[in-house]
Amino acid sequence: MSEPLIALRGLTVDFGGAPALRGIDLAVAPGEALGLVGESGCGKSVTWLAALGLLPGRARIAGSVRLGGEELLGAPPALLDRVRGGRVAMIFQDPASSLNPVHRIGRQVAEALGLHRGLRGAAARAEARRLLDQVGIPDAGRRLDAYPHELSGGQSQRVMIAMALAGRPELLVADEPTTALDVTIQAQILDLLGALRRETGMALVLISHDLGVVSETCERVAVMYAGRIVEEAPVDRLFARPTHPYTQGLLGALPPLDGPRRPLAAIPGGVPEPNAMPPGCAFAPRCPHAAAACAAGVPAPVPIEPGHAAACLRAARELVPA
Amino acid sequence: MLRFFGFRLLRAAITIVMVVSFAFVVLRLSGDPAQIIMGADAPPEAIAAFRRAWGLEEPLWLQYFHYFGAILSGDLGRSMRDGRDAIALVVERIPATLALTVPALLIKLGLGIPAGITAALHRNSFIDRAVMMLAVAGFTVPSFVLGLLLVLVFAVQLGWLPSGGQESWRHAILPIVTMGVGGAAVLARFTRSAMLEVLGQPYIRTASAKGVPWRAVVWGHALPNAAIPTVTIIGFMVGSLIAGAVVVESVFSWPGVGRLLVVAVANRDLAVVQCILLLVAATMVTANLVVDLLYGALDPRLRQRTA
Ligand SMILES: Nc1ncnc2c1ncn2[C@@H]1O[C@H](COP(=O)(O)OP(=O)(O)OP(=O)(O)O)[C@@H](O)[C@H]1O
Ligand code: SF4
Ligand SMILES: [Mg+2]
Repeated sequence: MSEPLIALRGLTVDFGGAPALRGIDLAVAPGEALGLVGESGCGKSVTWLAALGLLPGRARIAGSVRLGGEELLGAPPALLDRVRGGRVAMIFQDPASSLNPVHRIGRQVAEALGLHRGLRGAAARAEARRLLDQVGIPDAGRRLDAYPHELSGGQSQRVMIAMALAGRPELLVADEPTTALDVTIQAQILDLLGALRRETGMALVLISHDLGVVSETCERVAVMYAGRIVEEAPVDRLFARPTHPYTQGLLGALPPLDGPRRPLAAIPGGVPEPNAMPPGCAFAPRCPHAAAACAAGVPAPVPIEPGHAAACLRAARELVPA
Repeated sequence: MLRFFGFRLLRAAITIVMVVSFAFVVLRLSGDPAQIIMGADAPPEAIAAFRRAWGLEEPLWLQYFHYFGAILSGDLGRSMRDGRDAIALVVERIPATLALTVPALLIKLGLGIPAGITAALHRNSFIDRAVMMLAVAGFTVPSFVLGLLLVLVFAVQLGWLPSGGQESWRHAILPIVTMGVGGAAVLARFTRSAMLEVLGQPYIRTASAKGVPWRAVVWGHALPNAAIPTVTIIGFMVGSLIAGAVVVESVFSWPGVGRLLVVAVANRDLAVVQCILLLVAATMVTANLVVDLLYGALDPRLRQRTA
């Protein structure tokens, strides 16, 4: 990757003794679509909430988050407010409760336009209307005056996307944007995100449980497990040669292409509790290939080939020519 | 909207009828007004005459019937003690009560709401703990205890303020503070938890995620939502402007509606007691109606459902 748009280095997050992130290294190039997958609780949301300074005050955050030349961790609030919703926008899993119930849609979109593009009054309203149009909300002019409870889940998520686009972001972080929606709407929202990315050239981070969803929308995938990135590769490469046993498990749990989608539950065992991390490789208790050495130290990511790395001792061993 | 109001008014009317009926029954079953007003050793003929004069020898159901008929025609009866119109007796006490309860309400709002918001915004900080400790204290100490305590310190020990009576505005300070502090404590606790609840909502994170500065998140996004549950408790406080001072008026010998009520109950002065209860019920019911209207103004979800 030449010059990343945003780079997380050694990012750790701790909620009062329970580590949620244990050193995340992740970079996003301008315009690229990166998928972030992993089971519930592995730290996908926390990664990006921490990067944007959106975690509650008791979260202890360390490491570095660089956006262009600027360090975001520990940055003054004024800088963060300019970045959030400006260069980097984020949308969330539960669109219905992510919109403020007492304000009209138009006002909520216009607020972002005022903050990041200085638009007010009629100009803001006109642009808000154009944005609602762009995200495919029918009868956008009238919808500006609707309240969130008058919208369906899919429409709420479209409004969230419109709000995110208001600041013309270089990166949109979409945290499970379709999990709360039903299947046909899911596909529509994913298509919309793909189309918007092509139109605007913004980068996209798509957080998901679902490798299938990510493979359709993204070019590159990072797989997370227990607060770390365990494998990172271009989508095709990951499907063709999954290297980390956890990724292999996820792929094994993937339903056939034409079958119904199931949650990723086929790997036996559960994610370790943050305050009871096994020493060494966190996946060892569930890993079919675990060896004594795996408990000795946390495996570092090993480059398998350019753009593909896996944090697994076995992968490292196999790389060494016999 | 009209149906909403029709329903509300009907409910209000039923509430008032129930309060008045309950009072009627309890007061008449709990002692003979003739005995109490005329004194225990009054001659039997005098008592019989009193009973006849006030219609007390009729069966209870007939008294009840007459009583309601009179109310409906606007006649709230007369005091059995001095024969004056009950309503006039009560109304002339209202200003004195409001002179305590309105300033006390302002203290509750002006102290309780900011304290609750500040505590919520600095959750688990020193400020939060201090506010909550004071709030729990103000909330658990009964107002007569607090009133007596204030009298001990500021009237007896320091001699700064009078301990009772109504001669000057200085007499009002201790009773107002007594009521204000307790109510502020309740409101602070309530506001704090409403605010914490709202601050944990996803839309607050959304506001931060789109770059709204924290102050504007609090004022523009959190407070309008936290106001919705808080209005309920403020409604209660407004509803008790007339009746909420019974204890404090007694402690500080303040000649308001509350004291009148205590005296009238002790005397079984039925018309006066019922007149006060009617007034209290009407205030409560009006306050509730206003709260419902405010809900509609604050919460578009309710507005829609009731429109
Ligand atoms: N505000 C918080 N306070 C304490 N712990 C938290 C908080 N937010 C997240 N965590 C913990 O951090 C860990 C990672 O959570 P995170 O929400 O990032 O998971 P996730 O990968 O996004 O899962 P999901 O797919 O369920 O959204 C979990 O163990 C979670 O319990
Ligand atoms: S390091 Fe060991 S335990 Fe961990 S995934 Fe690789 S083989 Fe399994
Ligand atoms: Mg999540």
